[in-house]
Amino acid sequence: MSFDINKIRADFPILEKEIYGKPLVYLDNAATTQKPLCVVNKIRENYLNNNANIHRGVHFLSQVATEAHEAARETVRKFINAQHAREIIFTRGTTEAINLVASSFGRSQCKEGDEIIVSHMEHHSNIVPWQLLQAEKGIVLKVIPFDENGELQLDKLDELITEKTKLISIAHVSNTLGTVNPVADIIKKAHSHNIPVMVDGAQSVPHMPVDVQALDADFYVFSGHKIYGPTGIGVLYGKEAWLDRIPPYQGGGEMIQKVTFEKTTFNELPFKFEAGTPDYIGSTALAEALNYVSAIGMDNIAAHEQELVRYTLEKLGEVENIRFIGNAKHRSGLVSFLVGNIHPYDLGSIIDKLGIAVRTGHHCAEPVMAAFGIEGTVRASFGIYNTKEEIDTLVAGVQRAAKMFKRRNG
Amino acid sequence: MTIAEKQEEIIEEFEFLEDWLDKYEQIIDKGLANPGVDEAYKIDKYLIEGCQSKVWVHAEYKDGLVYYQGESNTDITGGIVAMLVYILSGHTPQEILDTELYFIDKIGLKEHLSPTRSNGMLAMVNQMKMYALAFKSQEQA
Repeated sequence: MSFDINKIRADFPILEKEIYGKPLVYLDNAATTQKPLCVVNKIRENYLNNNANIHRGVHFLSQVATEAHEAARETVRKFINAQHAREIIFTRGTTEAINLVASSFGRSQCKEGDEIIVSHMEHHSNIVPWQLLQAEKGIVLKVIPFDENGELQLDKLDELITEKTKLISIAHVSNTLGTVNPVADIIKKAHSHNIPVMVDGAQSVPHMPVDVQALDADFYVFSGHKIYGPTGIGVLYGKEAWLDRIPPYQGGGEMIQKVTFEKTTFNELPFKFEAGTPDYIGSTALAEALNYVSAIGMDNIAAHEQELVRYTLEKLGEVENIRFIGNAKHRSGLVSFLVGNIHPYDLGSIIDKLGIAVRTGHHCAEPVMAAFGIEGTVRASFGIYNTKEEIDTLVAGVQRAAKMFKRRNG
Repeated sequence: MTIAEKQEEIIEEFEFLEDWLDKYEQIIDKGLANPGVDEAYKIDKYLIEGCQSKVWVHAEYKDGLVYYQGESNTDITGGIVAMLVYILSGHTPQEILDTELYFIDKIGLKEHLSPTRSNGMLAMVNQMKMYALAFKSQEQA
C-alpha cells in the first residue's frame, strides 16, 4: 500500500473535530496517538462478539477469545521480529514493562553495590523504577551524559562500565529531544562485557521499523497507545533465556502451574509474567493497530515523519528568537523548542485556543531540562496523519503567540 | 468597592472580548501592570510550585485589612494572579474567607484553575485564603 495521506486521515474520525471553532491540529503524538476506526471497531466487535475470559475455558467463546489473544501475540512477535511468540509479554504499557524488569531482574540478579546504567535523557519511567531498586537493594545508578546537541557521549560509556554493571537500560528515542540513540552500538559494547541491555522503545516503535533480533536487545519495551492502539496495553519483549531466568513479577491466576499452600510452581512463558485476566480486548486491538501500520509500511511512515520533522525545523527556524532543544543528527518524530523568554505554558495556552494540541512542560524528563538549564519546552510530535499544512498552522500560531508576548520575547 | 463589585467589574471587562486571543491579551496586560511581590518575598518560602508554572504570594495585615502581593513566572498565570490580588486586597479576613471566586469561571478561565493544569493557581487561591484565616485567628487570639 502506498502512502496516501488523505486516505490515512479519513481513517481517523477524530481529526475532523473542531476545537474552539478551529480545525484540530493534533501534534501531541508522543504523549498518545489517535486511533483509526479499525482499532475502535475491533474493541467494539470484541465486546459484542468474542468476549469471554481466555485460557483454561473449555467453552466455545473462551476458545475464540484465547485464539485471538494468542494470535495478537504472534502479530507483535512478527512486528518486532522476535524469535518466539513466548518472548512477548503483554503489560499495561512501557512503564509497567520497565517496572517488571526492574523488579524481577533487580530482585534476582542484583545485590548491594551492583550497578545499572541509564542515560541522562531518560523518561522518568526509566529512572524511578531503578531508584526504587536502589532504595530496596542498594544498587548504584550510573548515567551516560549527553552533549549540547542532545547526543549521548558514548565515549563516557567505557568509564561507566565496570565488573559490577548488571544492566544498561536506555531509550531508543528521547521523548524530549527526539534523539535516536545508537542502541545497536550500545548493545554490542555491552555484550562484549556480558552485560544485558533493555531498550525503552516507547518513542521508536511507532516511528521506525524495529527488529529486536537485529539489534540483539535483551529486553525491548513499548506502549500500544503510542502506536495507534488502545491505552492500557503494552509489550515487554525479552530473550527467552532472560525471561526464564528471572522470577514472576506479580502473582495470581494464569501465571501458575500448580498451587498448594506448601508450594506453587509457575507456568511457562509467556504466562509466567501475565498474572490475572489478561487484557485480551486490548491485545487484539493492538494487533489491529500493528496490522494497520504494517499495511502502510513502517519505512513509509518513517520517511513521511522525517520529512515533517525536516519541514518543521525549516519553518519554525524562521521564527524570531526560536531555540531548538535537541539538535541531534539522527532524530525522529518530534521537535522541542522555546521562543525567546516566552514560558512554554503561555505559548501552549495560546496555540491551544487556535486548535493546536502540543505538549508543554518538562515531558517527564526533568534531568533533561536541568541539563539545558530550562524549566520546560514546547513539544510538537508527529504521527502518520500529520501534514505540512498543519505545521504551517503551528508556525502561524507560534508567530501569533510570539507577537502577544513580545514584551517578554527579547 | 466590595469584592463582589470588583468581580463584576472584571467580568464586564471581559464580556466584550469575544475572541479568545483578545481575552488572553487582556490577561497578559493585567499581569504586566501588576507590580508583583517585593524581592524580599521572592523566595522559596512564598513560592507555590506548580508542575508548569511558579507563583509567589505574600500577604500583610494592616488595620484589619489584608493586602496581597502576587506574581508568576508565566504571563497568563501572572495575569490571573494580578486579578486575584486586585479582587481580594483591602478586605477583612472574614470577607475574603466568605468569598467565592466566580469571576474565573465567568470569564472562561476555569481550565487554568484545574488541578491537572498544575500551574499553581488552585494552590495560590487556597494560600490566599489561608493567609486570611491566619490573620483572623491572630486577631481573635
